[in-house]
Amino acid sequence: MTQNQFREAEGPYFGDYGGRWMPESLVAALDEVERVFREAKADPEFVDEFQRLCRDYTGRPSLLTEVPRFAAEAGSARIFLKREDLNHTGSHKINNVLGQALIAKRLGKTRLIAETGAGQHGVATATAAALMGMECVVYMGAEDTRRQALNVARMRLLGADVVPVEHGAKTLKDAINEALRDWVATVENTHYVLGTVAGPHPFPEMVRWFHQVIGEEARAQILQQEGRLPDAVVACVGGGSNALGIFHAFLDDEDVALYGFEAGGEGLESGRHASAITLGRSGVLHGARSYLMQDEDGQTVDSHSISAGLDYPSVGPEHAYLADAGRVSYEPVTDVECMNAFERLCRTEGIIPAIESAHALAGATRLARSWGAEGEDRIIIVSLSGRGDKDVATAAEWFKLLPGQENDPARTVAGDEDENAGQAPETGVQS
Amino acid sequence: MSKTAAAIDAAKAQGRSAFIGYLPAGYPDKDTSIAAAIALVENGADVLEIGIPYSDPVMDGPVIQQATTAVLQRGFRIDEVFEIVEAVTDATGAAVLVMTYYNIIDRMGADEFARRLAAAGGAGAITPDLIPDEADDWIAATEKYGLDRVFLSAPTSTPQRVARIAELSRGFVYGVSLMGVTGTRDAVSDVAESVVKAAKGAGAERVCVGLGVSTRAHVEEIGAYADGVIVGTALVAALRDGGAAAVGRLAAELSGRP
Repeated sequence: MTQNQFREAEGPYFGDYGGRWMPESLVAALDEVERVFREAKADPEFVDEFQRLCRDYTGRPSLLTEVPRFAAEAGSARIFLKREDLNHTGSHKINNVLGQALIAKRLGKTRLIAETGAGQHGVATATAAALMGMECVVYMGAEDTRRQALNVARMRLLGADVVPVEHGAKTLKDAINEALRDWVATVENTHYVLGTVAGPHPFPEMVRWFHQVIGEEARAQILQQEGRLPDAVVACVGGGSNALGIFHAFLDDEDVALYGFEAGGEGLESGRHASAITLGRSGVLHGARSYLMQDEDGQTVDSHSISAGLDYPSVGPEHAYLADAGRVSYEPVTDVECMNAFERLCRTEGIIPAIESAHALAGATRLARSWGAEGEDRIIIVSLSGRGDKDVATAAEWFKLLPGQENDPARTVAGDEDENAGQAPETGVQS
Repeated sequence: MSKTAAAIDAAKAQGRSAFIGYLPAGYPDKDTSIAAAIALVENGADVLEIGIPYSDPVMDGPVIQQATTAVLQRGFRIDEVFEIVEAVTDATGAAVLVMTYYNIIDRMGADEFARRLAAAGGAGAITPDLIPDEADDWIAATEKYGLDRVFLSAPTSTPQRVARIAELSRGFVYGVSLMGVTGTRDAVSDVAESVVKAAKGAGAERVCVGLGVSTRAHVEEIGAYADGVIVGTALVAALRDGGAAAVGRLAAELSGRP
């Protein structure tokens, strides 16, 4: 591997992937975003402003926390969490949103639009719009607005207009379609704040750039705390923005293994998953060529994951490139593995992770176990991309923690006739 | 010569602009969609666009989305498109283009898609999410099989881009009349004329205008400066509400037939 082989990659193409598979109507706007982005990142005033917001508004740098009790149950390796969950608004998403909102101001745009799945990116965009006095419209699949009703309320509290999308599968990809339809008609005054490293050039490159701070901090922190680089860095991958953000600083550190964990849903054999790299094939969707879950006719296949934030049938084009190049290993993690790791982090460390991030925790567990005793003193950094407050309802349902469900303590105490009902709920460590 | 260009020129020889009608393949079912397309030609359409239903139609408004989603939900497969193109071409002799998002072509492979389209008698394809920058495979395939390829030119396209679009399009250049997606509008945007002028100025021989065109008045207004006028959503709504017969009636009205 030559020096800086991967870190220097810029759009529009990452190997065979990326590009602009977009209506001609939007090309002028994309060119303008690219020009202003390149000017901005070379402008010390812009960089200062972005860093000031990251520090004084988001709360950067985020912590790097070792989690020994969590690690103890996963083998002999040491595990550190990069705490993007502690950012303002609760996830890494705010990094990109603040950057793009500043770009929008430079473009003279007064209105921000965004898509959202679980609501994290929508909340972050609504937050940035409130902070900068801009109008904001968030498109969200109608299914997701029902599943994430509290996040809809959060966005509305922040002054955003949330539009439920009733077309197609009514989830994240359909929200992106609708945001693109809006943008084609409103591009004169509107910037589309795409929430991940997908979409047409320059979005994959620009969104990555705003998230690179995650890996830059983590690399400096581990060197400062432990005096050496980690053996592995792991992250969950939906579109893949937190993963590229943390990977990027390590891409040219040959001895640091990188792992991306995709949503395996109910298992690859079930067909209900969101493992675009593992099982997809090259195709074009939402402006980029990348790995895509599609049928024999080229129709997009609906993805599935317990995590709305990973429930996307494609992946950022730079991930497709890094997968083909063999620099990053991508593996699926099922809903069950993910929720076991989710629960373990809650119980052992007092940290409730986002279900998205729990895929990375499950992946780190798998990796540490695969090392066995050889893993002693090895270091894994996990991107804890978000906090789990938004996922409490989903987790409560999964672990049956609500009144009336089978593990409800009240019901057990009341003396169910079933003999097994008196036993402790089996929600202990299973992974 | 391009089959589509010949149809546009034939209209011009009669002192009028060409009338181009869009219908989704297989809507509401295969036989009705063929009957509707034939009715469209019999009532004045010079060129047909057969839209291929796609899971993520980002350039389409609600009427066309609802139609194509319904087709996909009944289990539509891509082979049906070639059967429809062949049936309509055989029955009418009209220039039949398919309108498709690019992943459909990409999945089959540009060469194989072009081969099958040509074998079915199709004239070529309109590709709303394919820009010349990404079109090397498609250009090679359409050259090989003698098919038309229609790129879009937008109100926001720079002169350099318009020149490239004009140079690489075959059949005609699709002038986007407004910034937005498909759907009916009350008035035709006045930017349409400047889009046509820009493309003509860049060397395009034929420029047809679509998006938001739904009435005979629109057709007459645009026909004064464009080589062809493209109507989609209004015809799809007619098909939805009144079947092939309604498509024929609306086509006659739009094309100015008595």
